[in-house]
Amino acid sequence: MGSLFRSEEMTLCQLFLQSEAAYACVSELGELGLVQFRDLNPDVNAFQRKFVNEVRRCDEMERKLRYLEKEIRRDGIPMLEIPGECPEAPQPREMIDLEATFEKLENELREVNQNAEALKRNFLELTELKHILRKTQVFFDEHEGGANTTESMTRALISDDPNRHIGHVQLGLRDKQESLEFLPCFVAGVILRERIPAFERMLWRACRGNVFLRQAEIDTPLEDPSSSDQVFKSVFIIFFQGDQLKTRVKKICEGFRATLYPCPEAPADRREMAMGVMTRIEDLNTVLGQTQDHRHRVLVAAAKNIKNWFVKVRKIKAIYHTLNLFNLDVTQKCLIAECWVPALDLETIQLALRRGTERSGSSVPPILNRMETLEDPPTYNRTNKFTFAFQNLIYAYGVATYREVNPAPYTIITFPFLFAVMFGDLGHGALMAAFGFWMCYKEKPLQAKKIDSEIWTIFFGGRYIILLMGLFSMYTGLIYNDIFSKSLNIFGSAWRNNYNQSTLESNKMLQLNPDSDAYTQTPYPFGIDPVWQLAEANKIIFMNAYKMKISIIIGVFHMLFGVCLSLWNHLYFKRRISIYVEFIPQILFLVLLFFYMVLLMFIKWTSYGPNAAHLGSDDPEIVKTSAYCAPSILITFINMMLFKTDPNTRPQCNDNMYAGQIGLQKFFVIVALMCVPVMLFGKPYFIMKEQKERARQGHQTIEGAAENGAAGGAALPPPQHHDEDITEVFIHQAIHTIEYVLGSISHTASYLRLWALSLAHAQLAEVAWNMLLRKGLMSRDFEGGIFLYVVFAGWAAISVSILVLMEGLSAFLHTLRLHWVEFQSKFYSGEGYLFQPFSFEVILDSAGQGEE
Amino acid sequence: MGMKFCGPKLSLCGLVLSVWGIIQLTLMGVFYYIRAVALLEDLPIDEKSTHTIEDFISAAENGYTQNAYNCWIAALLYVITLVVSGHQFWMNNRSSVSM
Repeated sequence: MGSLFRSEEMTLCQLFLQSEAAYACVSELGELGLVQFRDLNPDVNAFQRKFVNEVRRCDEMERKLRYLEKEIRRDGIPMLEIPGECPEAPQPREMIDLEATFEKLENELREVNQNAEALKRNFLELTELKHILRKTQVFFDEHEGGANTTESMTRALISDDPNRHIGHVQLGLRDKQESLEFLPCFVAGVILRERIPAFERMLWRACRGNVFLRQAEIDTPLEDPSSSDQVFKSVFIIFFQGDQLKTRVKKICEGFRATLYPCPEAPADRREMAMGVMTRIEDLNTVLGQTQDHRHRVLVAAAKNIKNWFVKVRKIKAIYHTLNLFNLDVTQKCLIAECWVPALDLETIQLALRRGTERSGSSVPPILNRMETLEDPPTYNRTNKFTFAFQNLIYAYGVATYREVNPAPYTIITFPFLFAVMFGDLGHGALMAAFGFWMCYKEKPLQAKKIDSEIWTIFFGGRYIILLMGLFSMYTGLIYNDIFSKSLNIFGSAWRNNYNQSTLESNKMLQLNPDSDAYTQTPYPFGIDPVWQLAEANKIIFMNAYKMKISIIIGVFHMLFGVCLSLWNHLYFKRRISIYVEFIPQILFLVLLFFYMVLLMFIKWTSYGPNAAHLGSDDPEIVKTSAYCAPSILITFINMMLFKTDPNTRPQCNDNMYAGQIGLQKFFVIVALMCVPVMLFGKPYFIMKEQKERARQGHQTIEGAAENGAAGGAALPPPQHHDEDITEVFIHQAIHTIEYVLGSISHTASYLRLWALSLAHAQLAEVAWNMLLRKGLMSRDFEGGIFLYVVFAGWAAISVSILVLMEGLSAFLHTLRLHWVEFQSKFYSGEGYLFQPFSFEVILDSAGQGEE
Repeated sequence: MGMKFCGPKLSLCGLVLSVWGIIQLTLMGVFYYIRAVALLEDLPIDEKSTHTIEDFISAAENGYTQNAYNCWIAALLYVITLVVSGHQFWMNNRSSVSM
């Protein structure tokens, strides 16, 4: 069991695998997911590696599977996925079977599709012909009664719609005189409906108005066989004269992608043709149906196995990819791999390797050798579903340096807590907690659903954070005594009215003095007294003073904790100098200045206030400890930094909070300031000293060696290198010190965001209540109930969208910042790289996501 | 049997809203009924017509009772909403299962 406090201990191992056993062993390791292989031939490109052929075959299989999947999707057949059942990587010899199966399936499907497309094209042509025959029948039939001469027919057609075809009317009038030479020809065809206007114009211009076009829309959409889209088309018939026009008309038709069909002139022929077309369509329909059935059967059979096949193929591919990272030894009998392994899991890995050897039937066991290395190992923190989200928050800032203190376990508590300080409201917290609880409770079914929306993934990934944030907000909401901006009076307020009736009637606003019997002198047992909700005049002032102090107190403790964690790092990495010249001055600086300020706050809270025995007393001794004499902490602190003493403007009060305050404060500031040069020069000085020491020893040994007559020289690095190193150390240390000193001031101030966001949230909640819900409560009659019903829905929507979602998001981001900048900057360097083990689970997951 | 006029999302929204509404409005009704001081500002009181303390107290008493009933009426309406959207939700779920 690894610990959450630091990343796992890793070892670099060398693995010798028998060629025959390599595949099975790697497959076992992939199931285990605890080994990160290193690329041993980085300068060999992907096409020159040993197993490039196999990888290519896997790619081909994957392509075929994707084609199958696409076809299955198109037919809307559900693909079965048996949860929890994941096939093992198949043996290499099974690959041929799989390939054959996919090949067969793909060919069959392609053939079926080709046939279906041809049939559909045929079907489309016949349907179009059917429509042409039917529509042209109408054109011709309209004047069947008249003489069958073409002239009268044409004229009748022309006069049909004079308003629309003004040009045609002119044509007709002119034609009348030339009727004797009039020999009409016509072509009929089908064209896309949206092309009709352009087509008509083109015809008119190109033929100078010497043609006549009639068109009718086909009501039902037709299926385009190549794209299987539904398209609307129109039937047209063009009358014209002479061969020249005919070629021109045909060219235009071609240009507009119209399909022309032969259409007999005689009505009887047409009828006969129509009959023929109808029977052919019927025949085609049955054939088409059979083709579709066949296709469906093939796909249903494939759909049962397709997920399974995908998994198999991806596993094979992953194994060969991994094998490509290995080295071949000289005898070609054995593959050599290098891998990072968690030291605690060596046993399990050995077991897995043994299983792999047994499965492959090889007799030579694989050899796993530990290697010594100076390289930085990868960072690996074992997580579970609960700690995973918190660890990811840390990783988002930077992956921890190997074996560095991991802030994640502390973040589990501080993150929801700091969030809750900003989001403190029992009602909103309960909504958030309910949502988080639902996600945690329905974890398995929701996980199985695999919803792909990005926002959902974020929420679901952080479900435990959301639950904790909600619960903590409920707690701080109780402390602030805020539930949708109203207060709960659970234990009975400690305040009461001590004014008589006439005073109450004659005053708009009255003050309750805690230094009188208006206050029972025993505080409300838990959180803020509910009476403050009614104190419209000074509630915000009171809450600000309280929340600002709370924020600074929390902030200083948070930072002190961060500095303490750096001690743990120094101890672990045996940086003894750093403890003396970094950790101790750092913590002194913070404690003497800021923790002292926190102490002042507590002193102020505890030593100033009403004296229960002498309420409202004017006794000078009692006045000195009354609220009247309470000093401002901020002013006191500023004066402390400036070595200034303001004379107290209130003559009744003491100048100081306690005896010897000024002297002690001066001492604190001087010590704190003295810590700065220690931080600045301490480490470079020690390093320099150490180097000199080493140099002297080096000289001695070399001199000694030279005296002994041996050749000396190269052992000592050139002295310039040292100087460079030292300046670098100086610059680094200067940056570090300035960052820390200025940082501890600005970071302390930065924690005031806890107060600011909390104030904003409380005020916004109050505005939402006053502007919306109160409107529903101002009715003096029973119809107010219905009004309230409507207003409540609006208020609920605003509450969720603005107060919970938006405010929650902003509080979340501020909390994240407080952790990344204010907390982690004290101890966390985050310069490591992540351990990425070879694991089928990860590979399959990412492949599954990439595909959708 | 029955007709479906809400989609799955709307019916779910209605369900959540009405559960919330029932809980909160019933509780608010109770708080009005026991004359919670915190809700004093949310009462229909005409400032101009109340001159004396007695006037104010009686107006507040009336307001508390009235608002308690109004809250319960609204809660009742949310019970109806809950039933309707619950039915719709069930219909939606059933149809999606049968598909």
